[in-house]
Amino acid sequence: MVRGGTVVLPDLSFQLESGTVIGLLGPSGCGKTTLMRAVVGVQIVSGGTVTVLGAPAGTTALRPRVGYVTQAPSVYADLTVRQNLRYFASILGAGNEGIDNVLYDVDLTENADRLVSRLSGGQRTRVSLATALLGAPELLVLDEPTVGLDPVLRHDLWSLFHRLANGGATLLISSHVMDEAAQCDRLLLMREGELLADTTPDELRQRTGMDDLAEAFLKLIQDSAA
Amino acid sequence: MNGLLAVATARRVLSQLRHDPRTVALILVVPCVLLTLMRYVFDAQPETFQRVGAATLGIFPFTVMFVVTSVATLRERTTGTLERLLTMPIAKLDLLMGYALAFGLLAALQALLATALTLGPLGLDVRGSTAWVIVVAILDGLLGMALGLFVSAFAATEFQAVQFLPAFVLPQLLLCGLFVARDDMAPVLRWISDVLPLTYAVEAMARVQAGVIDHLFARDVAVIAGASVLALALGAATLRRRTP
Repeated sequence: MVRGGTVVLPDLSFQLESGTVIGLLGPSGCGKTTLMRAVVGVQIVSGGTVTVLGAPAGTTALRPRVGYVTQAPSVYADLTVRQNLRYFASILGAGNEGIDNVLYDVDLTENADRLVSRLSGGQRTRVSLATALLGAPELLVLDEPTVGLDPVLRHDLWSLFHRLANGGATLLISSHVMDEAAQCDRLLLMREGELLADTTPDELRQRTGMDDLAEAFLKLIQDSAA
Repeated sequence: MNGLLAVATARRVLSQLRHDPRTVALILVVPCVLLTLMRYVFDAQPETFQRVGAATLGIFPFTVMFVVTSVATLRERTTGTLERLLTMPIAKLDLLMGYALAFGLLAALQALLATALTLGPLGLDVRGSTAWVIVVAILDGLLGMALGLFVSAFAATEFQAVQFLPAFVLPQLLLCGLFVARDDMAPVLRWISDVLPLTYAVEAMARVQAGVIDHLFARDVAVIAGASVLALALGAATLRRRTP
């Protein structure tokens, strides 16, 4: 795959199981976002196939079934939280009840009538996340959803992610914080556009003999370089 | 295309404007102030005000909507909301029609105020019906909107978007026959003015003022509407669901 004139993901292949939380981990600039964009279908892919929920990525039929949250919160700063959600809900066919539910899920019920421009960075991130939850999508692609959030909120969001997975949704979540890796059912470890490992937290610990996942990942990189 | 989503989009754009009362006030008040100014600048030459006053009623909605739409669309592109919308089940046409509805409403409001002021207290003499003045003004506003939407695709920053005003609008203003009759221009310029849409906006207004609603007026209106549809279609082509 080519992005901005450089080959970003030269050769990469994997499959995702539904109803699981998959962590996409790796250093900044390793191609996580490009890979996620390809799954959502907004990335022009120069070769290979991306099949999502049985259809080519980005096709019309998939649009209501896939939720995507970009790294930068993409909501209207000059609208209130509820006005944002109401607009996106009308597109996704979610009712008022759906809006109240997602507000509760991301803990923004009390801020529902505040302008997004007056919210903190972490709150804006959650408005963006709430928007993606509106249509109860089968696949959620979340690009670093917990960046800049405090530990309590991060914990709450990860519980939410697991609740969604238990309900049958598949979540592809990127992060460059390794302590979040332990929360995933499956790990895709990337480096410089290549898939270094497709594993689980336990398997990674066993394979490297390291208890700490951050150290295990480092060991994996050193071994692959050697 | 699903009309309900166009309405939802229009309501969203109008809510955004409601949170920005200063912009709305500027859009509505500035044309009125400028028209009043113009009336008294030409205090000693009332016939000049009679000539340019009507044309100006068509030029203001065009210019203001051009700027507002190009900045609003650019903002939608740079904040990522456009990319998000394009991953959702909404047709591009719904999005464009939503913008057209919201800004069309604003253009109508502005046209009503400016026309009431100009034809009333400022004493502009219009033989044709006032309704035609307002219809032409709204069409001019929609033309500005459609062009603004299209050119916003070529601006990477808001600075650039604002610069498109002198780049796209001022040449049309010079060539539309407002300052110098088009017959007095160098032939090349006259030909260029033949293909610029603002020329027809100004001519349509002049015909309403003279009270001549004939086939030439119909042609002018058709050109304005056709140019708007063309610009909207080109604008739709710049909304890409997949990007590199």
